[in-house]
Amino acid sequence: MDGLTGNIPLLVFMVIGTIAVASSILVVAMRNPVHSALFLLLTFLCVAVLFVIKAAEFVAAVQVLVYAGGVMVLFLFVVMLINYRHLPEERVTSPVWLGGIGVGAAVFILMVALVRPGVYHDQVADPVKKLTTVRQFRMEPHATKPNVVRKIWTNQENRNAEAVGMALYTDYLVPFEVASLFLLVAMIGAIVIGKRELSAEEEEATPNFILERAEVEKEVKEAVSA
Amino acid sequence: MPDTAAYLMLSATLFAVGLVGVIVRRNMITVLMCIELMLNAVNINLVAFSYRLASLEGQVFTIFVICIAAGEAAVGLAIIIQLYRLRNTVNVDEVRTLHG
Repeated sequence: MDGLTGNIPLLVFMVIGTIAVASSILVVAMRNPVHSALFLLLTFLCVAVLFVIKAAEFVAAVQVLVYAGGVMVLFLFVVMLINYRHLPEERVTSPVWLGGIGVGAAVFILMVALVRPGVYHDQVADPVKKLTTVRQFRMEPHATKPNVVRKIWTNQENRNAEAVGMALYTDYLVPFEVASLFLLVAMIGAIVIGKRELSAEEEEATPNFILERAEVEKEVKEAVSA
Repeated sequence: MPDTAAYLMLSATLFAVGLVGVIVRRNMITVLMCIELMLNAVNINLVAFSYRLASLEGQVFTIFVICIAAGEAAVGLAIIIQLYRLRNTVNVDEVRTLHG
């Protein structure tokens, strides 16, 4: 029984990893960008499962929220907004596709050759415990001396999100703020770049234009009646 | 428990597939999706090493990578939309005003 429970993560890794690789290949192979996007979604969800196995529950949740929730919706929106249809006889691959596969295979072989199985032993006896434990203190009045408080340190277990939050808001506070600024800049940039110049007749339909015209008409009426 | 080497192999596979997609595909949206795939492969590496070293740094950097990927997707897709309005194409090979 112990061997079986010990092997369940490995089994999950095998199954989910196979699905992830297969769906990532389908992302590249599908003609229709909508199909590609949906297989990419499947890949992201599988990768989130793989994160959970390695004691990264918070990162898995962020992966599902940001990638599966945000980025994929963005991709699907753009695919449907553009509504670009490949003609049946149109090539969807570049003329250098054979070279591309060659480069991919070369990079793959290079990276796999760099992996040395058996070298990567876990450096700590129980990494899960280390990654999910938060050390906290609380203040308590001293038992005998009045006006004296003591700090009592305790280890709270099974708190990966809190542990990541502590790291983000203490050691990585400046990078965290820079990242938030980056997201703001990216958002403004995306809006400015994606904004459409209105044509003359569309301009006439905007609320501001209608309001301005109403004001001008009112002024003209007043001037006439005066 | 799958060991770190298995995770590195998986991540190498996903990265190579994403790289092939970036080179081979002509549709810009698909190319951007493949870039996301490559960034995700990097995240797998970071999380695997974070577990091996029992250090939270890997997970923190994974969150930064996800953040950068989201920004990149937003700006990239805005550029693609504007390009489609301007040129009526999303084909990488047809956009060569800069002779790239």
